[in-house]
Amino acid sequence: MSTCSVSKGCFVFKPSTKKRRFSDKTAHDFRCASNDSEDTELRFVTCQSLWNQIKSETEQIQENLNKQLLDNLVSFLSRSHSDFQEKTTEWTCRMKFREIPTAALVLGVNITDHDLTFRGLSDVLQDNITPYVALLEAKDCPGIKNLMQKLMGQLMKCDIDVDSLEDEDCVQVSQNKIRCSMPSLISWYDSVTKKTDSETPSKKRNFSSRHWQSPPVVVIFKDMESFTTKVLQDFIVISSQHIHELPLVLIFGIATSPMIIHRLLPHPVSSLLCIELFQSLSCKEHLSTIIDKLLLTSQFPFKLGEKVLQVLINIFLYHDFSVQNFIKGFQLCIVEHFYSQPLSVLCCHLVDIKKRVYSLSHDQCENIRRLPSFRRYVEKQDSGKQIELLTNDSFLKEETEKLLEDLHVYHENYVQILRCLHVFTSSLPKYPLGKQIRELHCACLENRVWETEEYESSLQLARMLNKTDLVTMLQQCVEILMSSSGKEFDRAVEKLKEFLTQFQNLEAEASQERGVSVSPQKELQKKTDLYHLQKTLLELKESRRSKKLTKFEMLRFEVVDYIDSLVRRYLVPADERTLHEIMYFNAAAVLRGHLNAAPRTALHTALNSPHWYLKNQALRYDGGGISNKAPDICIVYKLHLECGRLINLVDWLEAFSTVVMAAEEPNADEASSDQVDDVIHARFIRAVSELELLGFIKPSKQKTDHVARLTWGGC
Amino acid sequence: MSRSEGMRGGRRSLQVKFVPDEDVLKHISDDAGTKVRKDKAQLSVSVKRFVKKLENISDNEAQEILEEKNYVAALGICAQDPVGNGSNISGGEVYSFQTPKRSNKMAELASELAQTPEKNVAPDHSKCPEKMAKTPQSSKRSSSNKVQQRSKKKEFVSTTPYRLRKRLAAPDPYLESESEYSASCSEEEDEDEQKEVSTVLSDQKTPAKTKAASTPPPRNSLAKKNKEQKMGNLVEEYFEAHSSSKVLTSDRTLQKLRKRRLDQQTLHDLLKNAPLAYAAEIRDLNQQHESLFSKWMLQLHLGFNIVLYGLGSKRDLLEKFRTSLLQDSVHLVVNGYFPSITVRSILNSITEEVLDHIGTFRSPLDQLEFITKRFKEDSSLELYVLIHNLDSQMLRGERSQQILAQLSSLPSIYLIASIDHINAPLMWDQAKLSLYNWLWYETTTFNPYVEETSYENSLLVQQSGSLALSSLMHVLHSLTLNARGIFRLLAQYQLEKKDNPSYPGLSFQDFYQQCREAFLVNSDLTLRAQLTEFRDHKLIRTKRGADGVEYLIIPVDDSTLTDFLEKEDEDV
Repeated sequence: MSTCSVSKGCFVFKPSTKKRRFSDKTAHDFRCASNDSEDTELRFVTCQSLWNQIKSETEQIQENLNKQLLDNLVSFLSRSHSDFQEKTTEWTCRMKFREIPTAALVLGVNITDHDLTFRGLSDVLQDNITPYVALLEAKDCPGIKNLMQKLMGQLMKCDIDVDSLEDEDCVQVSQNKIRCSMPSLISWYDSVTKKTDSETPSKKRNFSSRHWQSPPVVVIFKDMESFTTKVLQDFIVISSQHIHELPLVLIFGIATSPMIIHRLLPHPVSSLLCIELFQSLSCKEHLSTIIDKLLLTSQFPFKLGEKVLQVLINIFLYHDFSVQNFIKGFQLCIVEHFYSQPLSVLCCHLVDIKKRVYSLSHDQCENIRRLPSFRRYVEKQDSGKQIELLTNDSFLKEETEKLLEDLHVYHENYVQILRCLHVFTSSLPKYPLGKQIRELHCACLENRVWETEEYESSLQLARMLNKTDLVTMLQQCVEILMSSSGKEFDRAVEKLKEFLTQFQNLEAEASQERGVSVSPQKELQKKTDLYHLQKTLLELKESRRSKKLTKFEMLRFEVVDYIDSLVRRYLVPADERTLHEIMYFNAAAVLRGHLNAAPRTALHTALNSPHWYLKNQALRYDGGGISNKAPDICIVYKLHLECGRLINLVDWLEAFSTVVMAAEEPNADEASSDQVDDVIHARFIRAVSELELLGFIKPSKQKTDHVARLTWGGC
Repeated sequence: MSRSEGMRGGRRSLQVKFVPDEDVLKHISDDAGTKVRKDKAQLSVSVKRFVKKLENISDNEAQEILEEKNYVAALGICAQDPVGNGSNISGGEVYSFQTPKRSNKMAELASELAQTPEKNVAPDHSKCPEKMAKTPQSSKRSSSNKVQQRSKKKEFVSTTPYRLRKRLAAPDPYLESESEYSASCSEEEDEDEQKEVSTVLSDQKTPAKTKAASTPPPRNSLAKKNKEQKMGNLVEEYFEAHSSSKVLTSDRTLQKLRKRRLDQQTLHDLLKNAPLAYAAEIRDLNQQHESLFSKWMLQLHLGFNIVLYGLGSKRDLLEKFRTSLLQDSVHLVVNGYFPSITVRSILNSITEEVLDHIGTFRSPLDQLEFITKRFKEDSSLELYVLIHNLDSQMLRGERSQQILAQLSSLPSIYLIASIDHINAPLMWDQAKLSLYNWLWYETTTFNPYVEETSYENSLLVQQSGSLALSSLMHVLHSLTLNARGIFRLLAQYQLEKKDNPSYPGLSFQDFYQQCREAFLVNSDLTLRAQLTEFRDHKLIRTKRGADGVEYLIIPVDDSTLTDFLEKEDEDV
C-alpha cells in the first residue's frame, strides 16, 4: 500500500496479529544493530542494568532533595485547615475575611523538571493529608468552565479510588453529566465526608489513620504563569465565597518570581488569598548533587569523558537548566557507549571483571590491542613483554585484568583527591579553578591540571591562606580521606594529621615568640641619632627582604607542597590511563549532534557547499563557493542571496537558465539562451518551490511575479 | 560583531586575518572547522592573551567567560564527525541583517557562475581562502541597467582564453583575488562604464587592495581601522536597507516572457524525464543514513523519539525505514505536507483504525485522554508513528504540537518525524521538547521534494487552470439553459472589463437589467434564486460596495474564463 494520496493524509498499517513480534524487541535491536562483534547480549544486559541503577539513584536523589520542601508544605497544609476541623471561633472570624490558604511554590525556570516535583508532591499529599488533590494545567483550562470540569473530574475520580470496593454504581456516574458548579462540588464534598463518618468502624479506622475527618481539598496550579488572569480571578473569587463550606487549599507552581501573583491578580482578588511562600532547591544545586552522586563515585563503572561532560553541562547551563535533560543526555551516553564500543562488555563492576576478561574471544582481544591507549602502553614495555602482549591471548587477558583493576583503583583515588583539592580551591579568592567541583573535575579530566596556569595561581593563593582556614581545610581533607574504604590514603591521612598537630604546636610557640618579636621596634625608639637611625632602618629593610620565613609560613609551604604532590600523583587525566576507552565515553560530537542539533546550519552547509555531502570532484569549488554544476536548489539559493526584499521571478529564471545552460554545454551560442528550455523551466519551478517549502521565500502580492525573501545572511 | 561577520561572505574571509583578539576568540566559537586550522598559531596566541586578560576582569565576569571558553572548546569538536555534519558554521553567517542589494546582482552572479568551469581548474583549493572575495566587485558594478545588461552579455560570450591569459599572467594566484580578475575583466571590456563608476570605485577598492598587500607589522592598526570602517558600513547599510519601502526590481513579468505556464502534470512529466544530478552521490549519502536504521529502532525503544533534519526530501528514507523494519508491527504514516491534514484526523485514525474504537469525541483533548488510557491499560499495544514534515502548515500550530508531543510521550508510541522548514525548531518550547524527547539526526539527502511540493500552490505552476475549468463546466452542465445564459452574461461582462484593475464587479441592478433584456429572467426574485445557486457552488462571489450596492464577480482568472467561454461556444 502506498502512502501517497490526494485524498488522505494518514495511513494505518496493521499486520495480521500472527506476524507481530512480541519478543524482547529492544534486546533484539541491540543485537542486530551491532552485529559486528560478540558479547552483544551481555553488553545489552549490562547497559540496561546500569541504566536502571542510575535511574533509581537519580530518583532517590530527587526525592531526598525535595524532602525538605515537601515536609514544609505538608505541615503548612495540616495547619491551614486545622481550624476547620475544630470549628473554633477564631476560625469564624477568619472566615469573615474569606481568605483561602495558598502556598506559592517557587520552582525555578526549569519547567521540565517540575512534573516530577508535582508528582512527588501529590503522592505525599495523598498519603499524608488528603485524598482530594487536583492537578490543573493551564493548557486544560482555557475557561472557568473547563477548569471546574477538570477539577471535579479529578476530585471525583480520586473519591472513586478510595471507595471503589464497596459501591460500583456510584462510579458509573459520568463526570460529564454532573453540573460543574461550586454548589455541586460542595454537596459532593459533604456526601463524601459524611460517608466516611458513617462507614463501618474497620473501614473508618483504616481511612482516618491517614486523613482527618474532613480533609482539605488541595488544588494545584502547575503553571500559574500560563493561566489566563480571568480564569484565575474567577476561580479565586468564587471559591472564596464557599470557603466556609469547603476547606480549599491552593498551591501555585511558579517558575519566575512570587511577584507574578500580584501581577496576575489585582489587589481585591489577591487579598482573598493567604499566601505563604515556599522555595524549592535551585536546579544548579540539584545538578551538583546529581554529578556528585553519579559521576564522582566509584559506584558506577561507566564514566563520562571531559568533552562529553562539558557538552552536557553546557546544554544545562546555556539552554534549559533542566536536570531531566541532563539525565537524558547521560542515558544517551550510556546507550551510545555500550552500542558502539564492543569492549564495553568490560565496563562492569570490579567483581565481574575477572570472569568477563577470561571469557573474551580472540576478536575481542584484537580489539583491545587496537585501542590507542593500550598501544601506548605496549610501546613502553620491554620487547619480550611486547611480543607476549601482542601474540599471547591469555597473557593479554591477565594483563588486561590487572590494568582494569588499576583503572578502578585510580578512579577511586581520583575522586578522593579531587574532593580534597576542591576543599582548597573552592575557598580561594576569584576561584581560579572554579567554584563548583564539576569545573574542577572537567579541568582535571581535560589535561594535567598541575600544568595549567590556573592551578599555578591557585597554589600561589593557597600559600597565602590564613591559619584558621588552613586548619579547617586540612581537617576536611582528613575527613574525606578517612571516609575512603581503601588503605591507599593511610599515609596521607597520617601526614595531614601531623600537619594539624604542628599547627597546634605553633599556636603555643607563637604566644612565646610575641615577646621577642617586639624588641627591634623598641630598639628603634631608643636611638635618636640620625646616622644610627638610618643604619638600623636599612638593616631592617634588608632583613625584611631576605626575611626568614616564620615557622607558620614554612609549614604552610609544606602543606601546599604536599597537596600538590598528591594532586600530581592521583589527578592524572583519565585519557592518559591505559584502557580508559573501556570505561570512559568520549564521543562528544555524536552526543552534541543528537541533543543540541543545529538544523539551520546543516541546511546552510548543504546549500552553500554541497560538496560537503556529495563527494564529487565537479562540486569542489575553491574556498566555499559553488560551481555551476551544483544541484539546482543550491544554484537557485545562491542566486536569491543577491536579491533584496523582493525577487523578480523572471530575472531569477533567466539567471538560473544562464547558469544551467553554461554548465550543461559551456560553449553554447547566444541564440539558445534566449528561449528558456521547458525542462530548465520545470527544474526552476521545482527548486523555487523547494525553497518555499524550506521557508526561504514566500509568494508576494506586492508586485506581479515576485516573491518575498524571508531570510538574510547566508552568503 | 557576529552580524558584521556575516554581512558578506567575501569581506568576511578577508578579515579572518586581521581581527583583534576578542574577535578571534569569538571566531573559534563560530567555526571550529577548517578555517581555524589555517591560522592556528595566531589563534592560540590570542587565546593565551585572552586568558591573561581574564585576570583583570571582575570575578563573576571572569567566571562566565571561562565557562564560555569551555563551552566553545567543548562544542568546537564537531569537526571530526564522520557523517558530514555541517554544524561548523558561524551563526553570524547564517543569521544576519538585511543588506542593500542592487538590482542586477543576480544576473551578474549568474554570468559569473556560468563561467566557473574554467576557473575550476585550480586544484589546490585549500590554499586560496581569499578567492571568494567577490563582494567588492559586486558593489563596484552599480551602474545603469542598460550598460549592465550589455556587459552581462559580453561577459557571457567572452570565452576562456581571455581569462586564462589573465590568469597565467598573474604572478601569484595566492595574492591576486578572484574578484580582481572579474573586476578587471569588466573594466577593460566596457571602459565607458569604468569611467562612470570610477569615483564610486576608488573608495571601495582601495581598502581591498591594501588589505591584500598589507604586511604584518601595521596589521593591528589596520585591523582597527578596518573594523571601524566596517562598523560604519554596517550601520549605513542597515539604514539603507530599511529606509526606503520601495523595492527596486525590474518590472518584467512572466507573461511578457511569452512562455506558457506549465501545469502540474506537464511539470511532473518534464521532471521525471530530466535526469537527477549526482544520483550516485545521493545514493551513497542515503546509504549512510540507512545504516542507522537499526540504531533508530533501538533508540525508539529506549524511550527517545527521533527527528530528522537536513536538506532534501526525507520521505523516501522514512519509507525505506518503514518497509524494511516496521512490516511486522502496527504503524501509522502521516503525510504532514498533505494540505488538509489535521491533528484530529491523526487522532481519529489512531482511535478508529488502531484501537478499533467506534464513536466520536468532543474534543481532541478527550480523544488524547482516551488514547492515553488505552495505551496504559494494554501494555502489548505498540504503535509506530511516522510523520513526514512535522512542521507543515497544518501541524505547526501550538495546540497541534502540544497534542502530538503528548502523544509521543507515551512509552509505547514511537515517533519518528522529519522537519524541513528553517524555523521548525521554533515550534517547540522547553515543555514540548521534553515531551517529545527528541534525538536529532542529520539526514541530508539532496532528494528533490517531489511529493511535498506537489500539493503546494506553487508560484509558477498554473494551478487553477484545468481543475477550475473542468469543475466550472461540470457545474454549469447540470443547470438550466437560462441559468447558463445568466452566467455567460456575467462572464462576458467581466472579460470586457478585464483591463480595468479597479473593476468592482457587476452591480445587481445592472445585471438584472441585462438579464431582462436578454429574456433570461422575468423578475428579480428569479435572478436572486439563480444567483444563490451559483453562490452555493462558489461560481460567483458577491461583495457590497461602498455605496451599499451589491456587486457580483466570478472568482476565476481571465484566461480560464476565456477558455470557458470558448468551450461553451463549441457546445452550443
